[in-house]
Amino acid sequence: MQKLLLHRASKPLLFIAALLPFASLLYGALANALGPNPAEALIRSSGDWTLRFLCLTLAVTPLRRWTGLHALARLRRMFGLFTYFYAVTHFLCFAWLDMGFDVGDIVRDIAKRPFILVGFSALVLMTPLAATSFNRAIKALGARRWQTLHRIVYAIALFALLHFFWMRAGKNDFAEWSIYALVVGVLLGWRVWSSLRGAREVSVRPATS
Amino acid sequence: MPSRCGSGFEHPNPSEITPPTVYQRRRDLMRVLATGVAGVALAQWAAREARSQTAGPGKLAKLPASRSTVPGAVTMEKPTAYNDVTTYNNFYEFGTDKADPAKNAHTLKPRPWSVSVEGEVKKPGTFDIDALLKLAPLEERIYRLRCVEGWSMVIPWVGWSLNELIKRVEPTGNAKFVEFVTLADKTQMPGLRSSVLDWPYVEGLRLDEAMHPLTLLTFGLYGEVLPNQNGAPLRLVVPWKYGFKSGKSIVKIRFVAKQPLTSWVAAASQEYGFYSNVNPTVEHPRWSQASERRIGEDGVFQKKRPTLLFNGYEPQVGQLYAGMDLKKYF
Repeated sequence: MQKLLLHRASKPLLFIAALLPFASLLYGALANALGPNPAEALIRSSGDWTLRFLCLTLAVTPLRRWTGLHALARLRRMFGLFTYFYAVTHFLCFAWLDMGFDVGDIVRDIAKRPFILVGFSALVLMTPLAATSFNRAIKALGARRWQTLHRIVYAIALFALLHFFWMRAGKNDFAEWSIYALVVGVLLGWRVWSSLRGAREVSVRPATS
Repeated sequence: MPSRCGSGFEHPNPSEITPPTVYQRRRDLMRVLATGVAGVALAQWAAREARSQTAGPGKLAKLPASRSTVPGAVTMEKPTAYNDVTTYNNFYEFGTDKADPAKNAHTLKPRPWSVSVEGEVKKPGTFDIDALLKLAPLEERIYRLRCVEGWSMVIPWVGWSLNELIKRVEPTGNAKFVEFVTLADKTQMPGLRSSVLDWPYVEGLRLDEAMHPLTLLTFGLYGEVLPNQNGAPLRLVVPWKYGFKSGKSIVKIRFVAKQPLTSWVAAASQEYGFYSNVNPTVEHPRWSQASERRIGEDGVFQKKRPTLLFNGYEPQVGQLYAGMDLKKYF
């Protein structure tokens, strides 16, 4: 497995795989194969894929720890960038299909509706992370500062969940939302738990040494 | 002649008197014009309209009906494709996704079926579905349907004005509202396992809304009986309100004195009101209601079309809400 992940083709293959949902949505839109309400299908699917890639991104570190597959780290950046890619697609679908690219309407909608505002904030918060994803940016910022900045992803995940929760609140239907909440809950919960444990070890260490 | 002149009545010259045969002919002509010609013309027009009942795909039993003559009941807009009308539904008893009802509603048994009419009426009773079908002449009505989610369709329904039934059961003076209860049977409706709503699904109207001729007790669409996913064997259609006000697969109609607690008001009263009239100026908390997407017609990249007050039925129903604050009673 480790070997497979380290293979030269692993990144290009992941890149193609990550584009498949986009390709299928694009094909569906052009071939009119997205059911009776294609606009709704595009907006919802692009949102779903944003959440899925966000979960994948957040899963990399815990999976590394649990499985010892440290080569997974090579793929984290691509997962993160695809999260951003689908988030931008999601926003463009909303802005175009729902709002007809009417900037006034879009701004009014963002300001007026908490559910849109939270989703839009998540997108805004993702932007500096995407912008500092290349190696030179990491060097320029310094690893520590870069890491601190990129911890924003935890806030993004909570915003995204809240956005989805409010959207589903109208239909009083939280079945699907609970699955994402559970996944994000485990991935973030593990981080909290391991950092608390780490902190205790750190605080205990001086006493024992 | 003097005696007659003495009556004070001046006769014209006999030559000026219209002979009875002539004036009779004139009167006949008038009568023909007034009734006969117009009647024949109307009959022909009606027959043409009746013959042109919107045809479905022929999968289900035919439900012949004549075009409705109720004002506003037949829009000239293009009906939404049968396939879209029957595969894109909100019917939570069969799942919350709009593709679910078409997949899951085959378990619903629309026969035998009866509807209990109870509450504040002088003649309560249980009506069998086949008796209801014959209670009044079936009409085809082509209504716009506006979903609260921001999409719309145009659907050729088959049914008769609910007031036909209401008149027969004779509401008492206490009847102010009418409640419509949907079937809630776990063996037929897999969606009841989820607690999305409190089952059974309850909807309601004010009595005058229920009496309005546009309020349709509906048995079919596209000239055929209702597909299960559209609320077989009978449902309500209230074209000037958001779609969820039109209860499906109805088993009980209750006349009550107090405003019923409807399912969506019970689930989220800040988002859904009792009236739920289509209104572009009253927003849903999470989206605007100013525009809508017509299913199957407006292209995916096309700008949405404006939504009309009372879904365009304002000339017919506007007076029901005269003087009412529509923002407060949303």
